[in-house]
Amino acid sequence: MIATRGLGRRFGGRVAVSEVSLSLEAGDCLALFGPNGAGKTTLLRMLAGLLRPTEGGGSVAGVALPGGAELRAAVGYISHASMLYGALSARENVELTARLFGVRDPREQAVRALERMEMSERADTPVRLLSRGMQQRVSIARATVHDPRVVLLDEPFTGLDDSGSAALAAHIASLRAAGTTMVLVTHQIAEGLALATHAAIMREGALVRLEKGETMDASAYLGVYREHVTHGA
Amino acid sequence: MAPNTLTAAFLIARKDLAIEFRTRTAFFSAAVFALLGIVIFYFAWDPTAVSAIDLAPGVLWAIFTFSGLLGLQRSFGIEQADRAIDTLLGAPIPRESIYLGKAMANLVFVAAVQVVAIPAVQLFYGVPLLEHAWALASIALLAAVGLVAVGTLFSAMAVNTKLAEMLLPVLSLPFFVPIVIPAAQATARLLAGRPADEIVGWLKLLIAFDIVFVAACMLAFPFTIEE
Amino acid sequence: MTTLSPAPSAEDAIPAKRAGIDLLFLVAVLAIAVALVRVIYFTPFEAIQGPAQKIFYLHLPAALDAFMAFGVVALAGIGYLWLGDLRLDRAAESSAEVGVVFTTVVLVTGPIWARPVWGTWWTWDARLTLTLFLWFIYVSYLVLRGAIDDRALRARYSAVLGILGSLLIPFIHLSVYLFRTLHPRPIVIKPSAPSLPPEMLTTLIISFIAFSLFYLALVRQRYRLATERDLLELEEGR
Repeated sequence: MIATRGLGRRFGGRVAVSEVSLSLEAGDCLALFGPNGAGKTTLLRMLAGLLRPTEGGGSVAGVALPGGAELRAAVGYISHASMLYGALSARENVELTARLFGVRDPREQAVRALERMEMSERADTPVRLLSRGMQQRVSIARATVHDPRVVLLDEPFTGLDDSGSAALAAHIASLRAAGTTMVLVTHQIAEGLALATHAAIMREGALVRLEKGETMDASAYLGVYREHVTHGA
Repeated sequence: MAPNTLTAAFLIARKDLAIEFRTRTAFFSAAVFALLGIVIFYFAWDPTAVSAIDLAPGVLWAIFTFSGLLGLQRSFGIEQADRAIDTLLGAPIPRESIYLGKAMANLVFVAAVQVVAIPAVQLFYGVPLLEHAWALASIALLAAVGLVAVGTLFSAMAVNTKLAEMLLPVLSLPFFVPIVIPAAQATARLLAGRPADEIVGWLKLLIAFDIVFVAACMLAFPFTIEE
Repeated sequence: MTTLSPAPSAEDAIPAKRAGIDLLFLVAVLAIAVALVRVIYFTPFEAIQGPAQKIFYLHLPAALDAFMAFGVVALAGIGYLWLGDLRLDRAAESSAEVGVVFTTVVLVTGPIWARPVWGTWWTWDARLTLTLFLWFIYVSYLVLRGAIDDRALRARYSAVLGILGSLLIPFIHLSVYLFRTLHPRPIVIKPSAPSLPPEMLTTLIISFIAFSLFYLALVRQRYRLATERDLLELEEGR
C-alpha cells in the first residue's frame, strides 16, 4: 500500500529527506521515531501528496508519487496542527471535509465519524472552544470520514491526556484491523511500538533503521533509539 | 466521486462566508473603514474649488480599493490559523477551485461593503448615485470582479511572506489602478448625464481587464500553493 | 550512514570569472563616453527647446531599456515556472535590479527636461506616467523578493508577479491614455521621437546601443553576484 524507492526532498540546498525506501502492506503500521528536524513531517507530507518529492519515487494506495487528486482521495492526514476552522463546529468541519472528498451522505458520515471518536455531544460547538484533546479527536474524525486506505498521523498523541491517548490508541488499532495502512510519527516509543507492525528511526533525513515484526521489544528498542539518535552511527 | 471545480468552489465559498458571518469582524471593520474614509475626504475637500460631482466618484472608488484590501487580507489569513489550508490542499479537488471559491466569497464581501459605501457617498456628498442604481451596480460588479481576481491571488502569496499585511497593498495597488480609473470615469459621466456610449467605453476596458486577470490569476494560482 | 551534505549541482557552479577586467563592462562604459561626446559636441541643438532637449538622448534609451528589462523579467519568470532552473530566476532578479535603476533615470531625467521646456516639474504625460507605474511594479517586485527567505518560493512568487506585471502594463497604458485624451490639456510643444533629422536619429541610435550594452554589462555583474550569494546560502545550509 505504501512503497518508496530512494524518496528524497531538498529545500534549496538543505536536504530534508534522503534515500527513504520502505514497503508496507495493507494493515501494516509503521511507527516512525526520530529527533525534531529529522524529516519525519516532510516524509509524511510527501506520502500525503501535499509535497512533491525532488528525488526518488514510490506509490501510495496504488497511485504513483507525486500523485494527484486520486492519491489525496485515498489518504487521511493528521498533523500536529488541527487543520480545523475554529469558527465552525466540529460537525461542520467534518461535514465540509466529507463533501470535499465526495463522500456519499456527507452529513450522516460526519455524524458517524464524530460518534466513533466520542465527540457527538460537543459536535455543534465551535472548534476553537474545544480543548486540545477534543480538537484532536475531531481532527481524526475529519481525516477518516472518507474511509481512507492510508492514514498518516504526525505526532497525534501530543497534548492528549490519558483517556484521550487511550481512545486514540484504540482507534488506531481498529483502523489497522480494518486493513488501513498507517504511518505513525510519535515521540512515545512504548505507545508507538505497541500499535505498530514496523518501526523505524529517522535521523537527518535518512532512515537509519527499519525493522518489522512482533520481535520488537519495547525496552530494548529504547536503548537502540538512544544509541542511534544521541551517539550517531 | 470527488467534486468538480465549481462544486468544490461553492463549498469553499460557502465555508468562507459562514465563517465571516459568524465572526463578522472583517466586514464591520471594512465597512466602518469605508465610512470613515468617506467622511475624512469630505473634510479634506474645498467645495468652492471642486464640485461634488467631480470629487465623489474618485472618493467612492479609491475607498473601494482600500476597504477591499481589508477583506482580502483575511481571505487566506483564516487558513493559516491551524493549518486549515492543508484540509483544502489534501482534498481531491482541483487547485483552481480553492482560488475560485475564495474569490467568490471575497466578491460577496466587497459587494456588501459597497452596499454600505454607495449610499454613504450619496448622503455625505449630495450626489444622486442611487438614481442610477442599475448602471452603478454594473460598474461596481465589474470593478469588484477585477479587484477580487487580483487580490485573492496576492492574498495567497502575501500570507506566506514575512511582511504579509504590508505586502498585500504594495503588490495589489498598481493592479487596482486600471480598475479605479474606468470605474471613477464611468461614474462621473453617469452623474453628469453623458451619453451611454461614453460610459460603455470605460466599461469595456473593465471587462477586458476582468477577463485577462481572472484567467491569468486562475492559471497562476496553483504555482502559489503547490510545494 | 547517509551523510548530510547538499548535493552540488551543475546549476550552482559559479561561471568561471575572468581574472582582471570585465571586458563587456569596459566596452559599455566606453560606448557611453562616446555617446555622451557625440550628444554634447556633435549633435545640433533642437530649434525650439535648445540645450535642454539633449537630455532626450539619455531619457529615451533609458526608457526603452527599462521596459525591455521588465520584458526579460517576465520571460525569465515564465521560463522558471516551466523549467524550474534557478539560473532563470537569477537572471530575472538581475534584470529587475538594473531595470529599476534605468527606470529611476527616466523618472529623474523626465522632470529635468520638463522644467525648462514646459515650466513644470511633472506632467502627467502618458508615457512618463506609464514609466512611473513601471517603477512601482519594479519596486513591488523587489519588495516581494526581499520578503521571502525560501529560495524556491521566492523564485516562484517572483515569476508570478513578473508575468502579471507585464500583463498590467498595457492596461495601465490604455487607462492613462484614455484618461488623458478625454481630459484636454493646454497644447504643449511635445517633441516626439519619429520625425528626427538624420544626425539626431544617429545620435539616438548610438546612445541606445551604448545604454543597452551598459544594461547587459550590469546584468551580468549582478547575475554573478546572485550566483555567489545562492552558493553561499547553499553551503550555509539554508
